[in-house]
Amino acid sequence: MIDRRPFVQKILKNRKDNLRVVSGIGTSTWDLMSAGDNIGNFGFIGAMGQSIPFALGLATAQPNLRILLFTGDGDTLMSLGSLATIANHPVSNLTVIVLDNESYVETGSQPTATAGKSDLELIAKGSGFDNCYTVKSEDDYDKIINTVYNEEGPSLIVIKCEAKATPLVFPHSFDGAISMNRFMSSIKT
Amino acid sequence: MVDLVKDWRNDIYAVFKDLDITMVSHVPDAGHTPLINLCEKDNEIDVVTLTTEQDGVGLSCGAYAGGKRSALLMQSSGVGNCINALALPNICRIPFLTVVSMRGEWGEFVPWQVPMGLGTPKVLEAMDIKVFRADYEEEVGSTVDAAARFAFNTNRSAAVLLSQKMIGAKQFKNG
Repeated sequence: MIDRRPFVQKILKNRKDNLRVVSGIGTSTWDLMSAGDNIGNFGFIGAMGQSIPFALGLATAQPNLRILLFTGDGDTLMSLGSLATIANHPVSNLTVIVLDNESYVETGSQPTATAGKSDLELIAKGSGFDNCYTVKSEDDYDKIINTVYNEEGPSLIVIKCEAKATPLVFPHSFDGAISMNRFMSSIKT
Repeated sequence: MVDLVKDWRNDIYAVFKDLDITMVSHVPDAGHTPLINLCEKDNEIDVVTLTTEQDGVGLSCGAYAGGKRSALLMQSSGVGNCINALALPNICRIPFLTVVSMRGEWGEFVPWQVPMGLGTPKVLEAMDIKVFRADYEEEVGSTVDAAARFAFNTNRSAAVLLSQKMIGAKQFKNG
């Protein structure tokens, strides 16, 4: 099991200029913000289930950027149909990393479906993702970096990680408009 | 740009072209089908078929963050699926445009369509969406144009309800 926060920080260390990062509701946003403030980050703090379709829209509109979404198993399970939408509307520049701790940690660590019989890699495969795999060790760091920056997407990586509460690290603003305007200023349109 | 004959779907398509809407997502509805077909024939419009309408909200917002304008086409039954997702354009002040074909309000055959048909304008307004309505063919183009300008000029959400009176109610036959 991987300790998610330092691993997210490691993935984002030395990030390249062409990377934009989105995070889904919950711990993923605090993880992303813990890696340091960057105008090329946008973190969801609500609208559960919407980060995956948001990332698809962004990746489609900005084919010359690499788009990385960090989100959780809870957020992903709410929007499983969006995996089929992505697979059938391929975008080569999108990587979805699911930080799968098999629980709704923020609400009291109730188990999610992935704590039971459900497997998000298999669901992604069945949805039509050609490039998807599960990571259980930090030894796969180089493989992940290669997927994020170089491989033909869309890609989905399930990172199995510990279910533990971590300190909240707030974004630049909780106000969506302020955060969104700031994020958009990092994108030339 | 596809050559057009006079049809209210063509009027919506013309607004999309005029206002540089280059992504159209949908869960299909028979009322929208000629418009979807027009968009699919247009290489400048990216058509995304959704599995559920709420994903069109996030998709549309992500596309806008990347500099691309879009519209979500759906039937009134899909509006209910979008409610919590509509917080995203609202709180981020992202322009959001949807065009909704109404069911359950004018000569409807299927009783299952009635609850969400009656609820559609109420739930949209409850989520602070500016609701426009077109009851007659000749007002469709100007109504969609007004709604789109409202959305993109003021960074708000707008919905156009296309009346079932105008679209026509399908009468089902058994067997």
